[in-house]
Amino acid sequence: MKRQVPVLITFIVGTVLILSVFFPPAERLGEDFSIFFDIIAVFAFFLGGGNLLRIHFGKVYQKREDWGFSIVTLCGFAIMMMAGLFKLWNPGGIAADVAAPGSLFQLMYDWIFNPLGASMYSLLAFYVASASYRAFRAKNIDATILLIAAFVILLGRTPLGMYVTSWVPESFSILQIPNLAIWIMVSPNLAGQRAIMIGIALGVVSMSLRLILGVERTYLGVDNE
Amino acid sequence: MDRSRRISLIIFAGIIILFILSWIIKSTTLLNVGTESLLSIRDAFFITFAAFLTLAIFSFLYKDNPYYKFAEHLFVGVSAAYWMCVGFWSTFVGNFIPKVSTTLSNFFEVPPKEFDIFYFIPLILGLMLLMRLSPKGGWLSRWSLAFIVGTTAGLNLIRYLRTDFITQVSNTFIPLLVDWNGIGPFFSDFSLSASGQFVMTLGNWVIFIGVFSGLIYFFFSKEHKGFFGHASRVGIWVLMITFGASFGYTVMGRVSLLVGRLTFLFKDWLGLIS
Repeated sequence: MKRQVPVLITFIVGTVLILSVFFPPAERLGEDFSIFFDIIAVFAFFLGGGNLLRIHFGKVYQKREDWGFSIVTLCGFAIMMMAGLFKLWNPGGIAADVAAPGSLFQLMYDWIFNPLGASMYSLLAFYVASASYRAFRAKNIDATILLIAAFVILLGRTPLGMYVTSWVPESFSILQIPNLAIWIMVSPNLAGQRAIMIGIALGVVSMSLRLILGVERTYLGVDNE
Repeated sequence: MDRSRRISLIIFAGIIILFILSWIIKSTTLLNVGTESLLSIRDAFFITFAAFLTLAIFSFLYKDNPYYKFAEHLFVGVSAAYWMCVGFWSTFVGNFIPKVSTTLSNFFEVPPKEFDIFYFIPLILGLMLLMRLSPKGGWLSRWSLAFIVGTTAGLNLIRYLRTDFITQVSNTFIPLLVDWNGIGPFFSDFSLSASGQFVMTLGNWVIFIGVFSGLIYFFFSKEHKGFFGHASRVGIWVLMITFGASFGYTVMGRVSLLVGRLTFLFKDWLGLIS
């Protein structure tokens, strides 16, 4: 019951989805399963939220280190949840889109969620810059190629790249840094990306087959649960 | 009270005062523009709060501190709730409710669809997934997980074969002589123009050889010696260019995000740039 049924479910669902591509009458089944997947994914979000609440309530209850910040998480979660589920300040009421302009949910997205996400990711610009300063050394031919490619792409995306090589005549325009950057992106970069994509595709196909046929069962976890 | 705690309290008080000052000044600015009084107070609060959060995140560049932790923890809570609400309204109310209940469809004001009893399957599996939080019934969540894994495997097997394998292999078989009119015109019209015949031809050669040498590098069942070794070496160079280009692109993406945040601070918050 604990292991056989899940393996059987994976087999049936996976096989039906593959067969739905080849047999048009089963096509609708494939679409339905995709919607079922999305509906279960919503419960997975709720599971994640429940887990978050459990951890942070536990932290506050036991007054563990930095428990005060857990209150911040819980308050942020509660306010955003109420704003979203009850559509607070939503000008169109319950029928309107949850993210309607002017709703508290949209305001919190615009002024809290979005700035925090963008700032968090922009912070990486500093760390990437400092890491590249330390790591980018033309120690061998491979590192030199990587360094040159990155340098050309970075320079090609700035006005400086255009300014430095604007004197190059049209008949040699590939040597202008912005053009060179574009050529790198559409030729050698594309070749490398394509090789990686083909490799990933083969990996995904083999892993999918292993999962559907029940060879790969690690996702079921251990039995003592 | 020790010295460091006193300094922390002074900084905290200073931030509170600055926050209130910024809120008042911003409200006044928005009122002068012609915004309704209540709206201007609300918008000014949100703009000031967003600026505070942005600066709190940037403060991590100096060192880990309580303001960064505040912003980080708030982000975790808000983003979890955000995705839950979006999932609830777009998928649960949008796709599930109309298929199972007319009463609920009317309550949520979504148009009901033809009743489909099979839509109770994801409901049951979803509820079983929540059993993960229960110490004894945790194993039931495996059934839902098995459905998720099966769907992902079934969909990805076809999708990756089609788009990432067949299409990519097919797109690699491209003409190795672009706009070819013979050897004479090739040399007479020779140029290094970005849109010229030579550059286009060279690009196609690089793609063709690059993909195959890259794949040879990833082929580990044969020792990389002789011709195979040389091809693998070329594959490494192609991959190095790819990694360099990806790195450059990532840096530019992050920098543009940083520029966006700085624009917000100096334009929307401080109003120093137009």
